[in-house]
Amino acid sequence: MSLETRIYQKGERLKLVSLLGTSLRDMYKGRFLAKQLAVRDIKSKYRKSVLGIFWDLIAPLSTALVWIFLRSSGTVALDETGVPYPLFAFTGTLLWAILVESINMPLRSTQGAKGLMSKINFPKEALILSGFYKLLFNSSFKILLLIFFFIFYKVSPNISALWFPLSILGLILAGVTFGLFITPFGMLYNDVSRAITMSLRFIMYVTPVVYAIPQEGIMKTIMEYNPLTPLILVNRHLMLGLDIPYLSYFFIIVGLLLPLFGIALVLYRISIPIIVERN
Amino acid sequence: MEQEVLVQVEGLSKKFCKSLKKSLWYGVQDLVGSVMGKQPTATLRKDEFWALRDINFELRRGECLGLIGHNGAGKSTLLKILNGLINPDHGKVTLRGRVGALIDLGAGFNPILSGRENIYNNGAVLGFTKAEIDSKVEEIIDFAELREFIDMPVQNYSSGMKVRLGFAVAAQMEPDILIIDEVLAVGDIGFVLKCYALIDKLLPNTALIFVSHSMSMVSRICSNICLVNQGKTEFYGKNVAKGIDLYYSKFINSNSFEVFSSNEIELKGVRLLNSENGIVAWGGDIVIELNLIISNSEISPSITITVFDKEQRPVASLKKFTVDRQIKDLTQGFLLSITHKNNQLSKGIYTLSLTVNDGVTKSPLYRINNILSFQVTHEIDVYQPFYLDAHYELK
Repeated sequence: MSLETRIYQKGERLKLVSLLGTSLRDMYKGRFLAKQLAVRDIKSKYRKSVLGIFWDLIAPLSTALVWIFLRSSGTVALDETGVPYPLFAFTGTLLWAILVESINMPLRSTQGAKGLMSKINFPKEALILSGFYKLLFNSSFKILLLIFFFIFYKVSPNISALWFPLSILGLILAGVTFGLFITPFGMLYNDVSRAITMSLRFIMYVTPVVYAIPQEGIMKTIMEYNPLTPLILVNRHLMLGLDIPYLSYFFIIVGLLLPLFGIALVLYRISIPIIVERN
Repeated sequence: MEQEVLVQVEGLSKKFCKSLKKSLWYGVQDLVGSVMGKQPTATLRKDEFWALRDINFELRRGECLGLIGHNGAGKSTLLKILNGLINPDHGKVTLRGRVGALIDLGAGFNPILSGRENIYNNGAVLGFTKAEIDSKVEEIIDFAELREFIDMPVQNYSSGMKVRLGFAVAAQMEPDILIIDEVLAVGDIGFVLKCYALIDKLLPNTALIFVSHSMSMVSRICSNICLVNQGKTEFYGKNVAKGIDLYYSKFINSNSFEVFSSNEIELKGVRLLNSENGIVAWGGDIVIELNLIISNSEISPSITITVFDKEQRPVASLKKFTVDRQIKDLTQGFLLSITHKNNQLSKGIYTLSLTVNDGVTKSPLYRINNILSFQVTHEIDVYQPFYLDAHYELK
């Protein structure tokens, strides 16, 4: 029987493809660990809570409610959205909440396993997979809530809604990829996660979350270049059964995301020993 | 036939940084550097030091390496590199086979989940599959002796119970290479015995690396020893006892100190006669000369000498002697020669302490530790404090 051999050595040439291969293999090997960690975190989160999932929904709902109030009271004048405004606002803020959670997930998962990482050697990719499971769990409640709104506003989705699970995966993948790129730096400096939280708050207003893209002006240009615009819009329009705008932009982004995600995974893998050493 | 080499460490070095801010910045540099595939520099950057410098050893299946050294010597850093948690800056580590580490028991435990749920968490972190844990869960519960409490949240466990549960899960590992760091120090005697039993069971098929400050454990388990001091190997070899002696010699404190004094007694001096450089051969005579002043002329002092071994365990005391004040005026100072013939202490370093009691009332008057240290030499190494002469007769 030949034994598995590990060599730890500095300064070897980096081979992107083979590293990506080992990274994906480790993610597969760590699938039970990932599931176990996700179940552990979800169970322990809700076992000590009465309102449970409610706390995850309250933030996006209250943002939407504020805008519904601003619009209905005439404080701000917004362009027509094509669907009942409350539905537009709720879909926007809930999708945005999923995106924000996706961006924060890799750093948060890694941060939470800091103690574990400095003591035990386990496939770190399992942390990302486990975070992804938790993300799916949390997102499913947001989507259930949206379905409830659809029934309430008597919006019947058409056949294109079947594409929604894929398009929402695109949204999550985009968030996770970006989150993975910043995680190594975020593990070293706390400033990173603060800066992200801060800037996302502003970026929400240059993305069609609580209002549609205006007909003209500087905001229209910004929103049309903003890569988050197609991610949010394609998802929302698929759910609501509207015409899909910016579809080619969406495909370009998703097409770029796959190789970028691979590179981000490799970067994450390389950075782990450095992070463990400096923490 | 010699077993195969499972662990090979060649020229291993590791830098650490004293300043946190610089350390983080170097982290960013290393990150970018390793993405670019840059070779690490051999020099130290500002505020860096060598936490490990040019460590070399190899370990075969069935062997156990004891890593010893004082706190901060670099032992834990070495373990982290062997476990693949951090990368070396120079040199190479080759590990063949499955690596198991007993560094942190109960990793992955969540306090508000039950013991049973946490068996799965801990098992998953240690790399078991679900099927493996399913088949072993009952065995784990029995081994931890926690059947009654297994569905209680772990936060209500005592620390000993948590350790037992963690150990029971870890004990299911069947590694080729096992790394143990001090975990054995936390349990009660029953736990320690269980650990020994496990190690004895694993050792024939495992290369074991064992970090401990308990020299009795090291001498019991280890076949090789590596004494690390300030990141460098100070001693490496199969002579475990020599390594332990060297380790202890770092702590030898030549200052004697008074533990108790009634101010009526003073030790002016102490000498080891009949010896060169404080060395006495096994079987030779130990002759000590005390120079004492007893200022209170009413006292007949009773003298006790206690022998301590290198771990500061008292191992013997010399027969008591009471000086009769009728015979000699003790207030002017006197010399007292004490002879122990044909000593049978085992090879090693010993220290003496002196206690003086009132010969009549027995009340303590004076106690001074570490008045003298000496080394007993013999070709045979035994861990026990005495190597008693014996005569054999075959009938």
